[in-house]
Amino acid sequence: MIPFLLRRCGQAALVIVAVGLVAFSMFRFVGDPVLAMVGQDASPAERAELRGALGLDDPVLVQFGRFAARAVQGDFGMSLQRGRPVAELVLERLPATVELALLASILALLAGVPLGAWAAVRAGTRRAGAVMAGSLLGVSVPTFVIGIGLILVFSVSLGWLPSYGRGETQAIGWWRTGLLGTDGWRHILLPAATLAVFQVALVVRLVRAEMIEALRSEHVRFARARGLPERRVLLRHALPGTLLPLVNVTGLQFGSLVAFSIITESVFQWPGLGLLFLQAIQAADVPVMADYLCLAGAMFATINLVVDLACLAIDPRLRDPAPAAVRA
Amino acid sequence: MSIALRDGRRRRGMRAGMVAALLALAIGADALQARTLRLADQGDAISMDPHSLNDGLQLSLTGNVYEGLTARGPKLELVPGLARAWRRTGPTTWRFELRSGVRFHDGARFDADDVVFSLERAAAPGSDMRAYVGLVAQARRLDELTVEIETTQPAPILPEMLSLVYIMDREWCEAHGALRPVDKRKGIENAASYRANGTGPYRLRSRDPGVRTEFERNPSYWGHIEGNVERVAFTPIGNDATRVAALVSGEIDLMQPVPVRDIPRIEADRKLRVLQGAELRTIFLGMDVASESLRYSSVEGRNPFRDRRVRLAMYHAIDMDAIVQRIMRGAARPAALLVAPGVNGYDEALDRRFPYDPGVARQLLAEAGYPDGFEVRMDCPNDRYVNDAEVCQAIAAMFAKVGIRARLDVQTKGIHFPKILSRNTSLFMLGWTPATYDAHNVLYNLVATPDGSGQGQFNLGGYSDPRIDALVHAIASEADEARRDELVREALRLHREDIGHLPLHQQGLAWGMRDNVRMVLRPDNFIDFKWISID
Repeated sequence: MIPFLLRRCGQAALVIVAVGLVAFSMFRFVGDPVLAMVGQDASPAERAELRGALGLDDPVLVQFGRFAARAVQGDFGMSLQRGRPVAELVLERLPATVELALLASILALLAGVPLGAWAAVRAGTRRAGAVMAGSLLGVSVPTFVIGIGLILVFSVSLGWLPSYGRGETQAIGWWRTGLLGTDGWRHILLPAATLAVFQVALVVRLVRAEMIEALRSEHVRFARARGLPERRVLLRHALPGTLLPLVNVTGLQFGSLVAFSIITESVFQWPGLGLLFLQAIQAADVPVMADYLCLAGAMFATINLVVDLACLAIDPRLRDPAPAAVRA
Repeated sequence: MSIALRDGRRRRGMRAGMVAALLALAIGADALQARTLRLADQGDAISMDPHSLNDGLQLSLTGNVYEGLTARGPKLELVPGLARAWRRTGPTTWRFELRSGVRFHDGARFDADDVVFSLERAAAPGSDMRAYVGLVAQARRLDELTVEIETTQPAPILPEMLSLVYIMDREWCEAHGALRPVDKRKGIENAASYRANGTGPYRLRSRDPGVRTEFERNPSYWGHIEGNVERVAFTPIGNDATRVAALVSGEIDLMQPVPVRDIPRIEADRKLRVLQGAELRTIFLGMDVASESLRYSSVEGRNPFRDRRVRLAMYHAIDMDAIVQRIMRGAARPAALLVAPGVNGYDEALDRRFPYDPGVARQLLAEAGYPDGFEVRMDCPNDRYVNDAEVCQAIAAMFAKVGIRARLDVQTKGIHFPKILSRNTSLFMLGWTPATYDAHNVLYNLVATPDGSGQGQFNLGGYSDPRIDALVHAIASEADEARRDELVREALRLHREDIGHLPLHQQGLAWGMRDNVRMVLRPDNFIDFKWISID
């Protein structure tokens, strides 16, 4: 167990360093941050001076070395565009994105698992076929189209929900949450639904495939043969088999939701990490971009680890790798 | 009386009290809402520090909280601000008489010390307003309400330049560690980014960068606030469609810019309105006329752009009316000068475009020795100006019709501007608003010969005419207004005749608002809360 953990942690660290290096090399080509930092009347001498002072003329490896040395000490540098520590910016925006991703995942599970199970049980019927076709639509329609479509229906036409922003938030320590008030809930519904649509499609198809497998398996047939009520068979015996891949996929998807909710956040002006990243790209704010990618890499590595541990907890078979030689 | 009855009465009393309180809250909230303006823009100010960034939106928002010695009226005419009057007292000295009885938002008195401090602060490292106070050698306090400014050379338009240099309270800056503007190199944040203490008609109530900034009316403002807005809630909404949706759904009252394609849709809605006008910014094409051989082209050993006939041919090839009608949907004004109406020195008589005539264009090219035309790379941004990429595409097609095959290189602004600023371009698109609203700024930055000190800094094609350089130099120190206007006119005429650049248009401003909002549209796109009314 311990060697397994150590090995995984080492892998995660390697991933983060590799991501950081790639990020830094790429960002030489995104543009000139000094342009966004000074107005049009600054002289060329002033621009050159600023560039030199920020160390933007140094070779990539030197810049990366400086960045890595500081990051290890917890100093993630200054945002060039905003003049504030990047760590502060990230912490400020993190709660918004995490809440959004969490709610989207929950919505997707709440909608997807029952739908997928039902589609599996009624496999072959026309209604189940319609559900699967609908899920295909959910996967293929781009997020921003869904987002703007929802805004059109619920904000502009019906006027039920707001179209942008996070609404009123309350602070619990350093964490600003919108989930404690109705205004926050009204604001989070549409973006979470937008993010969830893609997720639901994924969950439905996954649960359906796994359920169909499970329904064909021996232990389900024996349970039915024993005369157990159908609902118990489905819920207690068939469904748990689907949990393992579901946890895997949902975990990975959560990481991707937090890291790449850029489109949804930009449509709804959601003040989260995605919007921060987008604005940093537009201003060629290299420290923010590099830190963000490293954070995303770290998060994926961590989530992977957590998911693996969760799988270990769910499936007893994975706990002790049975030596193959046991089978006679 | 039994306890139950007494409780009942108390409960009823409490309930009545609660209802009354709720009603009062509702009515009160309603009254407050009636005077709260919900404003949205594409971006946000980076900071509330008035000296930290020379950016239109930041100066516009902070310009409601802070003020300069001079100010601008609705048509951008120069009017007194914190200075009542001003006059030249010598070739390089100006005297400003300050308004008395003005107080900062925290109650402190405004006086000459604050002016001297602010001018020094605007010239300090970390300030992005240095170009505006570049001519100031020293600011001296003569008495409590008089300041004398000595300039490094004769500066006839110093009052114009100072209208965007806002005055801060020295004591407040000392107390809050905001003596210097935010230094982006060291990233030293100071209180002035989040809090403000100005003399303006509105106070800064709260600031959440990138999310929400709130302003409230200053009841002890020295001047007259024509509008009736009590509070302004500003939110940036970057996505065009979301911003339009927010306006249509009634979540915001006023926003800009309205994307050109959405203008008819908003105007069709009876509850909404679009206010349009021409902006001061002129969009134009620049050509490399300095190089011996045109670098990013198919021509070897010579530079076709150095031949006036080729430049004239390109001018004649552009059908500006079609661009304005089809691409800008009428929301643009064709330009023949790099100077827009509203800029000091603009001359309507000179603002006549050469006509669209592709036949003449082809003839001129043949005469100049390019009967089969040539190929050249054209650099454009795609996210800086209104429909910039589309305009470039149209122009490239128009050039192709006369034989000039323009290979489009369209980039995001973060890549386009560094490229052209380092002069790695043969043909490029650029837009310019003179910060001083004066033609000298345009001539000095775009037309005068680059000399490394700042002159011709944005003359990226290297256009050079010694006559114009001499005029630019004379304009800078000419005190007589009539004579100065004449010099400006002559310089503009020479530049237009020689086709130093290909002017295109002034883009249109478009503000969307609810029907009950009235505002003044300034050609520099600054927003003055004090001129906004909600019916």
